Amino acid sequence: MQPRGSGSLLVIVPAYNEEGAVGDVVREVEHHVPGVAVLVIDDCSTDATVAMARDAGARILSLPHHLGLGGAVQAGYKLAFELGFEYVIRVDGDGQHDARDIPRILEKLKESGAEMVIGARMELPREQWRKRRLRALGTRFFRIVLRPILGKPVHDPTSGFVGVNRRALALFSASFPLEYPEIEALVVLQRRRFRFEEVPCHMRPRRTGRSSITALKSLSYIVHVLLGVFVNILRYDGRWRRPRLGRSSGAGSGGGG
Amino acid sequence: MDRLLHVSAGVCLLLLVMVLVSVRRSHIRVEYSVTWLVAATAMLALSLARPVLEYIRKLLGLPDTPLAVFLLGSAVFLVVFFRFTLIISRLRDDNIALAQRVAILEYHLRALTRHEG
Repeated sequence: MQPRGSGSLLVIVPAYNEEGAVGDVVREVEHHVPGVAVLVIDDCSTDATVAMARDAGARILSLPHHLGLGGAVQAGYKLAFELGFEYVIRVDGDGQHDARDIPRILEKLKESGAEMVIGARMELPREQWRKRRLRALGTRFFRIVLRPILGKPVHDPTSGFVGVNRRALALFSASFPLEYPEIEALVVLQRRRFRFEEVPCHMRPRRTGRSSITALKSLSYIVHVLLGVFVNILRYDGRWRRPRLGRSSGAGSGGGG
Repeated sequence: MDRLLHVSAGVCLLLLVMVLVSVRRSHIRVEYSVTWLVAATAMLALSLARPVLEYIRKLLGLPDTPLAVFLLGSAVFLVVFFRFTLIISRLRDDNIALAQRVAILEYHLRALTRHEG
């Protein structure tokens, strides 16, 4: 798996126990973006996730133990940066993201020059809104909180369907939020005066399994993310050096977002 | 009052013994045992030196000595917990960075093996 020429794209798929969906996700990405490199980051799954992803034609980055979403995504960013990819788009392993939107995210990354492009959910249909009321309310809450911090509105700050360019890759290889990366990553970007854009995308329900998010976990999520956002605003990083493009970030801090 | 100080001294002694035994069995690294040993010794000394405790009580304007023991004990152990939280956080960051590096090296190794094969 090597970047092919300028504008090279890597699609990363963080997955933890997604044997029922990850194979289809990989095949769908390869169908809609022919020839693209797909890397599944296995966060130490206990099921057949690795076998399914490999059978579907993906390359595998196997973590030696469970790191959580942020740690898995950062591992993918580090490898992509080391290999020299220009763009990376993250697609979740549960099949919620529609691979048909990948070319639009890539196009927006190239055309706008923004460091990050978010595949933003459209407004949910009424019956889905009822089912996912808590998540929708949380998203609205964070829109309001983030508006003054980011200096511009963000429609879907909790979306994991995200594309980044090489400048953001360099930054995230060195410092990336570990627990709940989506929202905090926006604050990390804003601190570097990096830009983000949004592209409306379609989201689907999970293909298999059940979401582990409960009302209590949602509340815990909100508290943790709020804390993470404000810690990122206050973070002192005088020793931080902007990594040069094209250089490996091998001595990165390994997280600590 | 005296009974409370005796109980406090007993607990500190027990803690000292536990830490020393753990260090001897290599369950605790020596560098991390120092914090516990200093904390337990400080609390033991305070529990046995009543005049010092009285002086501290007056200095802090506290109504009674047991409260002074409780406050000092809490303060000492808060500092200990804070120090260990710092250590755990650093270890967690190092651990994540290490796991990512292992995964990436393993990836390169597999690619190399495939290439040579």
